[in-house]
Amino acid sequence: MKTCLVVDDSKVIRKVARHILETLDFSVTEACDGREALDACMAAAPDVILLDWNMPVMSGMDFLRALRDSNIPTRPKVVFCTTENGMAYIRAAIEAGADEYVMKPFDRDTLESKLQIVGMA
Amino acid sequence: MPIRPTSTSPAAATATVSQRAVNAFSALLESRTGQQISAYRSWRIDTALKPLMRARGLDTLDQLAAALLETGDRCLSDQIVDALLNGETSFFREAPVFDLIVEAVAALEARQRRVRIWCAGCSTGQEPLSLAMLFAERAEERGAPMPDIVATDVSEAALARTRAGRYTQFEIQRGLPIRRMMRWFDAVGNDWAAKHELLRAMTVRSHNLAADAPLPGMFDIVLCRNVLLYLDPQTKTEVFARFAAALRPGGLLVLGAGETVIGQTDAFAPSRDLRGLYERVDGATVAAATAAG
Repeated sequence: MKTCLVVDDSKVIRKVARHILETLDFSVTEACDGREALDACMAAAPDVILLDWNMPVMSGMDFLRALRDSNIPTRPKVVFCTTENGMAYIRAAIEAGADEYVMKPFDRDTLESKLQIVGMA
Repeated sequence: MPIRPTSTSPAAATATVSQRAVNAFSALLESRTGQQISAYRSWRIDTALKPLMRARGLDTLDQLAAALLETGDRCLSDQIVDALLNGETSFFREAPVFDLIVEAVAALEARQRRVRIWCAGCSTGQEPLSLAMLFAERAEERGAPMPDIVATDVSEAALARTRAGRYTQFEIQRGLPIRRMMRWFDAVGNDWAAKHELLRAMTVRSHNLAADAPLPGMFDIVLCRNVLLYLDPQTKTEVFARFAAALRPGGLLVLGAGETVIGQTDAFAPSRDLRGLYERVDGATVAAATAAG
């Protein structure tokens, strides 16, 4: 079973994402900011990370840079999932090492499609 | 374009759809497109036509059917057909098929031929645009020639959207990798619009698979995915004959993952080299196709 870490400060988004991911046969863990997510990745890196942009403590972008600079032995796929839908944000995320980008709001088809694109569904 | 799927339960819908209305809508759809509303899908009519009912200020499907039958309003009948057709599609749908098409095109180009591709039943354009992106990238990387891509559909509303190449946030995210979206689309308000260079790579035309003669000129590849399953067996056989007439000998037919030619036509056989695709059989009869035109 593939593993997905959902990183979002919104409990509702985490719940919705978890529900969709579990129907896609993922084992899901959650973090509510970038710092928690980084700790989780150091302990056990997931296969894929669904990552919000704007969060307290550590933003999604700061988390992504830290993750890609870290010495974690695997390279989890990172799918940004954010309301920052402008081209400049998308470009910045991809340049920082994101593999895919989901523009909120999203539905099951969108998430499944993006996970297929990164080879995770 | 098949019948629009909805989430309305059959029980909820049957109370609002009389058999007279179902018959009127079914007859209209079949006469225009050859597509049938089978009994198990008739309950979907309700949800498919609800937006049109609201726009026309009507409360029931019976009122809509009456307006159709009594006024003979061409605009209304066009809107009903468009609403009943299912525009279900996405970018790079069944993605491995696109790798096979690239492989096939490369093999044809090795014979010094400019390749022609027909997307039959292109819906709102995601399929031909997916092809256009693939081949435009190949042209950028290797200087390979662009094939001719002809996109057709029976729905004028779908064709208008194909020509515009403009998609909602939900549509653009289905099947399209983000890097390709960045390369080939611009943000326009809340939508995403294909760049003109991409739109220029395809020709968009109206064509009714069930009634019109094959497109002029010979094609190397015809894609017709998830459309023929809505046609009756006889019409389907006629469409296969038209595709055979439109294809060069050895030309390829690409169907949806759940579709086959086996038992339905002798004009095509499974490709030996490209698994899942079908080849026009040498000497395949095209009499039915030319007669139908």
